[in-house]
Amino acid sequence: MSNERYALNKGLAQMLKGGVIMDVTTPEQARIAQEAGACAVMALERIPADIRAAGGVSRISDPKMIKGIQEAVSIPVMAKCRIGHFVEAQILEAIDIDYIDESEVLSVADDVYHIDKTNFKVPFVCGARDLGEALRRINEGAAMIRTKGEPGTGDVVQAVRHMRKMNGEIRKIAAMEKDELFEEAKQLRVPYDLVLYVHEHKRLPVVNFAAGGVATPADAALMMQLGAEGVFVGSGIFKSGDPAKRASAIVQAVTNYQDAALIAKLSEDLGEAMVGINPSEIKVIMEERGQ
Amino acid sequence: MKVGILALQGAFIEHEKIIQELGAEVVEIRQRKDLEGIDGLILPGGESTVQGKLLRQLGLLKPIQQLINEGLPVLATCAGLILLAKTIDQEETAHLGTLPIVIKRNAYGRQLASFDSDIDMPPIGHYPAIFIRAPYIESVSDDVDILSVVNNHIVAVQYHHQIGLSFHPELTHDTRIHQYFLSLIQPSNQSS
Repeated sequence: MSNERYALNKGLAQMLKGGVIMDVTTPEQARIAQEAGACAVMALERIPADIRAAGGVSRISDPKMIKGIQEAVSIPVMAKCRIGHFVEAQILEAIDIDYIDESEVLSVADDVYHIDKTNFKVPFVCGARDLGEALRRINEGAAMIRTKGEPGTGDVVQAVRHMRKMNGEIRKIAAMEKDELFEEAKQLRVPYDLVLYVHEHKRLPVVNFAAGGVATPADAALMMQLGAEGVFVGSGIFKSGDPAKRASAIVQAVTNYQDAALIAKLSEDLGEAMVGINPSEIKVIMEERGQ
Repeated sequence: MKVGILALQGAFIEHEKIIQELGAEVVEIRQRKDLEGIDGLILPGGESTVQGKLLRQLGLLKPIQQLINEGLPVLATCAGLILLAKTIDQEETAHLGTLPIVIKRNAYGRQLASFDSDIDMPPIGHYPAIFIRAPYIESVSDDVDILSVVNNHIVAVQYHHQIGLSFHPELTHDTRIHQYFLSLIQPSNQSS
């Protein structure tokens, strides 16, 4: 990937900021999401909650199904490939996807190496639990980062933990003396240049969204107040009672995330939220995949 | 001089930083009350479907339309240009509709078709333009000035106090377009 291409790819993530990216499994859901104000959709065969319930190996979605969603909407379409599965990524690039999510939601294809994302023209977003993971993914060519959270749970606790941890580490590096950055780069297992960037700019070099367990307008606004630049909502919308209404409410809560009176109003009569499961109740911990 | 920046969704912070660097005051427009006392308005890049929907839900569409029709200078980039356009190709409804052009959304294709180009744009001259899932302008009414054409497609126009660009000046370090926009804000419009 040339520097110009990387800049274009980081730029697309900048255009998504302040928006909500929604998981969809059918063209119909994609249209509902777009109508409700999604800034992009994530096309996948099963939402994380169902992947969790189904168990077994989960892989890239059927390209035909992804194409159906591409035809249904005018907003960007993202899709997931397995961590390390660069051929699944090649397939997604071949069908002209707008963004690839190298995602822990699917099974892991390579338990040592992530995809060398610099080999691709198409942009990648990757999950991270802390600053070290985020910078390692960026070093591999990711043009956007999201917290991992714990997908398919409807429980926001891990996304909060990951966002707080990342921002805490950024503040720590910003406050360091310059000669301390070399050791910090070693500790984080990342190149010095990326640590220097964080020190100088007090932020990641790419856009950072919240993901994993966001289920309500209040969850979304919480993540925004904690410093997320936008929000992914996976199972939370189409596992709830009134997807269109909930989706629209989450979009508005992300725009006016500091207006509690408005968020209160948006939270009224949304119908049933996704049931949700606690981290202590789940067997598969997706956030631990790919570090 | 106070410049409002529509902050519903998209790359509004990038515009804010440039305007502040150029010494003007910035206010983020999220609700109707934020529009009070602004001397100019920037409509940033992002997703036009999202921004258009939020403009309506938050009751901002009519007030902004009125301000622009009354002469408020406006700089619109990418999705912002789609909001301004009077006609959107293949779509029934426009948004603000104050700029008499026909715009085509995602005109070049998906992200793999995004590109950058050194364009020629009077009165600025050469400018490094970044096009991301960009629209282009299919046609303009006679009184609209065409500022730049790339590969036979119109990518920049000016119509009195409205500047419309299909690319992203907020993603470059070159501030000349924002300077030009600030120069359109007449002293008589200034609050202080």
